[in-house]
Amino acid sequence: MAARADGASAPFLPRIARVRSRRRETHDTWSLALDAAGMAGEPGQFNMLYAFGIGEIPVSVSSDAAATGPLVHTIRAVGAVSEALAALRPGAALGLRGPFGTTWPLAEAAGGDLVIVAGGLGLAPLRGAIRRALAERGRYGRIAVLYGTRSPADILYRSEVERWRRLDVEVAVTVDHADQRWHGNVGVVTKLIGRAGFAAAHATAFVCGPEIMMRFTASALEAAGIAPARIHLSLERNMKCAVGQCGRCQFGGSLICRDGAVMRYDRVRPLLTIREL
Amino acid sequence: MAEREAEHSDDAAVINRAGVAALLQALVDSGHHLVGPTVRDGAIIYTDITGLTDLPQGWTDRQAGGSYRLERRGDAALFGYAATPQSWKRFLHLPTVRLWRAERTDDGFAISEAPEPARKIALIAARACDLQAIAIQDRVLQGGRYPDPGYAARRRDIFVVAVNCGSAGGTCFCVSMQTGPRVRSGFDLALTELIDGDRHEFLVEVGSPGGAALLAQLPRRRAGGDDVAAAAAVVARTAAAMGRAMPRPADVPALLRRNLEHPRWEAVADRCLSCANCTMVCPTCFCTSVEDTISLDGRTAERVQRWDSCFTMDFSHVHGGSVRASPRSRYRQWMTHKLSTWWEQFGTSGCVGCGRCITWCPVGIDITEEVAAIAASDGAGGARGTP
Ligand SMILES: Cc1cc2nc3c(=O)[nH]c(=O)nc-3n(C[C@H](O)[C@H](O)[C@H](O)COP(=O)(O)OP(=O)(O)OC[C@H]3O[C@@H](n4cnc5c(N)ncnc54)[C@H](O)[C@@H]3O)c2cc1C
Ligand code: SF4
Ligand code: SF4
Repeated sequence: MAARADGASAPFLPRIARVRSRRRETHDTWSLALDAAGMAGEPGQFNMLYAFGIGEIPVSVSSDAAATGPLVHTIRAVGAVSEALAALRPGAALGLRGPFGTTWPLAEAAGGDLVIVAGGLGLAPLRGAIRRALAERGRYGRIAVLYGTRSPADILYRSEVERWRRLDVEVAVTVDHADQRWHGNVGVVTKLIGRAGFAAAHATAFVCGPEIMMRFTASALEAAGIAPARIHLSLERNMKCAVGQCGRCQFGGSLICRDGAVMRYDRVRPLLTIREL
Repeated sequence: MAEREAEHSDDAAVINRAGVAALLQALVDSGHHLVGPTVRDGAIIYTDITGLTDLPQGWTDRQAGGSYRLERRGDAALFGYAATPQSWKRFLHLPTVRLWRAERTDDGFAISEAPEPARKIALIAARACDLQAIAIQDRVLQGGRYPDPGYAARRRDIFVVAVNCGSAGGTCFCVSMQTGPRVRSGFDLALTELIDGDRHEFLVEVGSPGGAALLAQLPRRRAGGDDVAAAAAVVARTAAAMGRAMPRPADVPALLRRNLEHPRWEAVADRCLSCANCTMVCPTCFCTSVEDTISLDGRTAERVQRWDSCFTMDFSHVHGGSVRASPRSRYRQWMTHKLSTWWEQFGTSGCVGCGRCITWCPVGIDITEEVAAIAASDGAGGARGTP
């Protein structure tokens, strides 16, 4: 049987991709640009990346499939697999399955303001969406990128974030712990929401970060007037198969690999307050 | 195998013990591996069998919360027992399966599938709840966008000889779940064992063209009205003797959705050992993990998929710890999945009422009793969760 493009006939079988280039983002985070022959993924989706003999993990797409240029994944080295992947050199082979999951609903957001809120590594899954929005800048009203991170040294895509400022985007960055050279905001990312300029009635929000940050952010966005159905979060759970069969990514009645990772706030809100779900 | 519903129809026949022996032999002759019930190590288990003499003739089981015992029957019934410790799951959704192998090459590595050839198997004496459980696993493992090719291959060629239950187990509750004791679909031939004094016969109903063709080869007689009535009486007697019931099953999904913070979860967690027995014996539990290994010389690697359980800490591990660190949250995950969220995920219940989880729980936790306790104080602890 010929393999369908999305791997539906051999869903567990990775295909081989190769590292084209590698770039250090922070002390523990690297971006890999991949040669992945036709395998890409829309902003919001993720791929399963396999390091030979070590294991496989879900990693979000950080590039914009509509632009020319390679598939990019940004990986924080936190454990065995992510360390092995982040250490891959140009030319090295890795396994790739995907893309899986839902996308950031950019089409729905068109015509109104776009508010993007990222916490820490949460900027990685949003980068493709920001790039797409900038490529079609005229389709949106105001675009705000609100980004909170641990310290100035943890700012991802530093020069690119600066470039966004020059492309008619309101960029605000805040850190938990400032150093001597930091003159910007200090504190949680929700504090930036009140100061951002957007017309809530027609705004759409994309939020990604630690679950607790997303809970507070979504509720602050709602308080600021954005309808819960227009607030989108990217959720995270342990994941082994990515095709709805290992049962690990359950979040109540949803399978995050299939019904997410990007999900509507109004649908998941009641579950976000349940501990250990 | 056809999905058509069986009626006590014209093509029903009656066979005797010799007919059952002939049926098993005919399946072997047509290239099937027989998998069926036999007595081993103090239990009736499903395993490879060779023919009639392997069947658990004259045996039954006595099941209760946390207990299972074999006993002699006063007759020579071949199928006079209830749910087996393990279900058919281990023949279709294998406990361990190698997904692929990878080999180092000059410029990286290559991955190849190494599928194990699917055996053509005949399931002997599958019960109504068993067949419903297979239908549920079909939905999960091959009903979505990415069917599991290994499962689909093993599943495709099975021949099913079903049995309508002649006695209810002490922990069964299929009647309340509307899954039994009479088989309705998903079989090729269905037997009802008729024992009365010296009489020992089997009503055979046909569920597929393949079943009809096989039946035509057996020594048999056409079923009469009393044979059909006798079979109906067997099923009715079993239904009436059911040990347990799920309270108001149609209301359970919503009941659990609004009681995610009910104090009963804490109470059950005090008893639950997180041993995972319930998930291993459950015929619908499908969760798996994968293991990646590498050879000593570093040249070959492989990935193996194994059954896993939501009762382990590793199951919900994300960087920084387990999402479900407390036994309370793990039991809640298991039970709400079976009875509530499974509907949202796959459009069906995840429980067929076979009672295995009750029998094989070392401390006798009873899913029907837990539901009843929550229903009795609906909303205690604040009705949190999705309405
Ligand atoms: C939809 C999705 C998108 C993600 N996108 C990114 C990304 O763009 N960049 C990035 O650096 N990380 C991302 N992650 C998190 C990343 O998958 C984990 O950091 C990674 O699995 C850790 O694996 P490890 O073996 O290095 O660490 P360990 O902590 O040793 O993990 C062991 C195993 O647990 C599981 N696991 C651990 N943490 C997670 C987690 N957070 N989510 C899911 N499974 C986990 C994996 O199966 C992993 O192999 C994403 C996770 C999900 C679910
Ligand atoms: S939850 Fe218990 S009773 Fe229901 S199908 Fe699973 S083992 Fe059987
Ligand atoms: S409910 Fe019973 S069988 Fe299931 S994990 Fe707890 S102690 Fe084990």
